[in-house]
Amino acid sequence: MSRPEDVLPPDLFYDDNESRKYTTSSRIRNIQSNMAHRALDLLDLRSPSLILDIGCGSGLSGEILSQVPSEQGGPHTWVGMDISPSMLDVALQRGVEGDLFLADIGQGVPFRPGTFDAAISISAIQWLCNAETSDVSPEGRLRRFFEGLYASLRRGGRAVCQFYPKNDAQRSMISGAAMKAGFGAGILEDDPGTKNSKLYLVLTVGGGGLQGDITGIVDGMDDIDVLDARKRAMERSKPVLSRKGDKAWILRKKDQMARKGKVVKADSKYTGRKRRPAF
Amino acid sequence: MKLITVNFLACAVKGCKTAPASYPLHFQDAELELQELEFQPNFILNIIPRIDWDGLRVMANELGFPTIPDTKPEGDALKDEQILRDLHRVLLETQVVEGKLCCGNCGHEYTIKEGIANFLLPSHLGPTTPIKKSPGLLLTKPLALSLN
Repeated sequence: MSRPEDVLPPDLFYDDNESRKYTTSSRIRNIQSNMAHRALDLLDLRSPSLILDIGCGSGLSGEILSQVPSEQGGPHTWVGMDISPSMLDVALQRGVEGDLFLADIGQGVPFRPGTFDAAISISAIQWLCNAETSDVSPEGRLRRFFEGLYASLRRGGRAVCQFYPKNDAQRSMISGAAMKAGFGAGILEDDPGTKNSKLYLVLTVGGGGLQGDITGIVDGMDDIDVLDARKRAMERSKPVLSRKGDKAWILRKKDQMARKGKVVKADSKYTGRKRRPAF
Repeated sequence: MKLITVNFLACAVKGCKTAPASYPLHFQDAELELQELEFQPNFILNIIPRIDWDGLRVMANELGFPTIPDTKPEGDALKDEQILRDLHRVLLETQVVEGKLCCGNCGHEYTIKEGIANFLLPSHLGPTTPIKKSPGLLLTKPLALSLN
């Protein structure tokens, strides 16, 4: 299937017809609602909260936020922003409870600092990787979005953004931009390696009740393996133990030469031994 | 557009980020509507510390509500259900359906239509500075072709 991101900018792609199709298709509704529930689990909200829905579209995910029963900490109040007027029009007709406004997330998030308890975004932020005019760049749009989002969340707040990256480069560009803005970031992948694989970028703003690092979010969830890329990066950056001219280096070179068939002196206790300074 | 959202919104224009006059946004020709919503005391209690009371008073003044107290209710006042109900009515149930939001610093007007505010910025007001084109390519006046 072709990616809508490659066809047209979002405000033009989701015209009246496309918005109606998107909202009435039971397949899309089903997928969207599953992803919204998953994102809600990751947000782990315990009391009625104020949530920002980024790229709310016709309010499919927002609806779920309003429907959370009170024993699970809901119902939440949400504010939705989207760039497509047609999508918001469909949302109006459906009579969603949240507050809607038309805005481009690539231009920033125009809220006072510390406004929201949490933010949720379903299938939206990959659109930021496309720049439609020559005076903006994907990096700039991502930076402004994540900086604005970071500021508008309260300390200890969380954001979960489900997104469809085109390739690994986009995936690392998005998560890198989030980390640069100051978020603690992790990526949760559901059904990895299949066609239904779903990526969730989980972001935390420091100073909350979260113990330890970002992996603390998935503590207590079933069937989740934690792959810590930081550990591998740490190992790689360790200093190399053997240096040119030391014993290990000499032995390696001798071994190399012997394997090439050269005549090499046998190893002894004197091989590569440090010489005392001359008297 | 609920009042709670407007209470949190600041002007999106780049130069206004640091200017104190960019908050709160001022209403012009606002048309109000009341939408009944379920009362949730817990949500109101959660959100009160984050409400900018001065901003709310300015806004209420512009919209012509007389009943906003001078100071933010705190402590024991929050146990009074009537106060919470009043706040619920003002913040969540009152909606601005038509009108304009106006920035006090740059004067940019955000129109509200059917309850949806338009915060899309034209590219010259957006957060980027446009790439300067070489002057040789700039046409200040459209070329006029005469066909006689």
